[in-house]
Amino acid sequence: MAKTKVIEIEPLSRVEGHGKVSIHLDEHNNVQEARLHIVEFRGFERFIRGRPFWEVPVIVQRLCGICPVSHQLAAAKAMDIIVGAKKLTPTAEKIRRLMNYGQIMQSHVLHFFHLCSPDLLFGFDADPEIRNVFGIIKKMPDLAVQGVMMRKYGQEIIRATSGKKIHGTGAVPGGVNKNLSLEERDSFLKDIDQMKKWALGALTLAKNYTLEHIDTVKEFAAFNSSHLSLVREDGALDLYHGNLRAIDAGGNIIFDQVDYKKFNDYIMEEVRSWSYNKFPFIKSRGHIDGWYRVGPLSRMNTVGFIDTPVAQKALEEFKGLTKGKPNHMSLAYHWARMIEVLHCVEKIEELLNDPDLQGSDLIVKGDRTEEGIGVIEAPRGTLFHHYRVNEDGQVTYCNLIVSSTSNNEAMNRAVTKVAHDHISGKPTITEAMLNHVEVAVRAYDPCLSCATHALGQMPLVIEMYDVHGSLLERKGKCV
Amino acid sequence: MSNPLPKILFIGYGNPGRLDDGLGPALAARIEALSLKGMTVEADYQLAVENAFEVSMHDIVIFADAAVRGKAPFFFKEIHPRSPLTLGSHSVSPEAVLFFAERLFHSSTRAYVLGIRGYEFNGYNERLSERAEKNLEEAFQFVAKLVQSGNFNNTY
Repeated sequence: MAKTKVIEIEPLSRVEGHGKVSIHLDEHNNVQEARLHIVEFRGFERFIRGRPFWEVPVIVQRLCGICPVSHQLAAAKAMDIIVGAKKLTPTAEKIRRLMNYGQIMQSHVLHFFHLCSPDLLFGFDADPEIRNVFGIIKKMPDLAVQGVMMRKYGQEIIRATSGKKIHGTGAVPGGVNKNLSLEERDSFLKDIDQMKKWALGALTLAKNYTLEHIDTVKEFAAFNSSHLSLVREDGALDLYHGNLRAIDAGGNIIFDQVDYKKFNDYIMEEVRSWSYNKFPFIKSRGHIDGWYRVGPLSRMNTVGFIDTPVAQKALEEFKGLTKGKPNHMSLAYHWARMIEVLHCVEKIEELLNDPDLQGSDLIVKGDRTEEGIGVIEAPRGTLFHHYRVNEDGQVTYCNLIVSSTSNNEAMNRAVTKVAHDHISGKPTITEAMLNHVEVAVRAYDPCLSCATHALGQMPLVIEMYDVHGSLLERKGKCV
Repeated sequence: MSNPLPKILFIGYGNPGRLDDGLGPALAARIEALSLKGMTVEADYQLAVENAFEVSMHDIVIFADAAVRGKAPFFFKEIHPRSPLTLGSHSVSPEAVLFFAERLFHSSTRAYVLGIRGYEFNGYNERLSERAEKNLEEAFQFVAKLVQSGNFNNTY
């Protein structure tokens, strides 16, 4: 019997949450199979059953310390339906939008400046002693400072619109519970030009990386797929609200302007035995061909235009690379992400100059309903929240499709392709080769789980087993 | 003339929805309720790079987190900047935050870590275990006394 080796990378470093990559090799080191596993069971949907519906936008923030705002907003949108709020007041909707732009900005900035920039600026093969954020601090301290200050700006917007970071209560069923004071507005306007300048700089960096390394980018973890996101009624990018649009690999519409409350008619989830993460797919295409991607790259592919001028110019350049056809390059996520940062900053400025943010009409209510669905564009992609509530106001059903779940199949394909291209058949497996696998996963900025992060954990362990499960080799990086 | 009060930053972090992982924010809430002069109290799910800026604006920082192992009811020790190899927003250590503060904002903030022993971390529930509650109370008494005295020389 041929001897098979399994390499496991567990957990992935510089990826939100904990995941594990296993690569199965035969006796000649040819890759037989590569998989991304989610190593933590998520019992959240059961935990929330029985809780009163008005608590849900706060409780769901416990799901994730990285994207609590996205969960808060998706849940609040679902609860709007439960309380019969058919249309929010202008103040409530704009405060929520501001919160979402702050969230996406700070999340993307952390990913680009501190998690993935070492790979892009030093190279995937660079010495790991240098290829990290501390290498960036040494070589480009200004860039590291910009990352911190932009992230802080986004976090402060969240704090001003959502309340405390850990108990954000800003978005409530039917609206919001606070507006933005003039003092808060002015403190943000004071720094907005600086934010725009830095966002443009980051966009240039991401674009130049793509264009200067186009041969790598075109090949690395690149594969055709469908793409899905919310779009506005006129086809514009809309990160807070809209209808669902899915396109196929050639850019043809699969469905368009679908009311997200009917998402269950269009999307299903498949369970596979080796991962706690589900595999969503577009129903009409079936579970084999119906997988799709979400997130910044998909949004750039699905939208017709962006309604802020500088980001729109950037989108035109982005689309020009593939002559208007969908861009399927995983590494192009970085460029797309920076276009979105710029868009968020432009929208934040637009909103800060809107007097509706100081309005006092914050909440609307109507006739109670028993089922609510909220969908939002989170930093990592389209986020679905679906709830049922009984007459006593208790949640009886909850189903969430988080962005990284939608990207599950794509991340597995990225891992497989990179393992084949960079590991297969090589006599020895080096750290640089394994980093290629991580770079592929990192491009998706996945939030794999909301891991408990108490003191004393090790972020990266690589283990190699033979076919009988015996440990052949173990590599660990301590922090 | 007496010395001005040191500016103290207290950051309690962890996920209150993950049982004893909520010890840090729970202690932050108790400390905040004291409304101590010169003290800034923050609660968050985890440490992040932007904490470095805030740290650099203070004389002393206390990072409070749940500890999965180690002595009960808590440990308290001075820490120093350290450069880790990897960074993730779930895994930024207090030492790494100090490193950022030192390198990017030229901070010389004195820093301590308070690790409150927890016991239950697996599962979703917004409650602390009975033993963790007791440890929280002892940690609260310790920190309240410490910051009110301003004497950080004799640590626990």
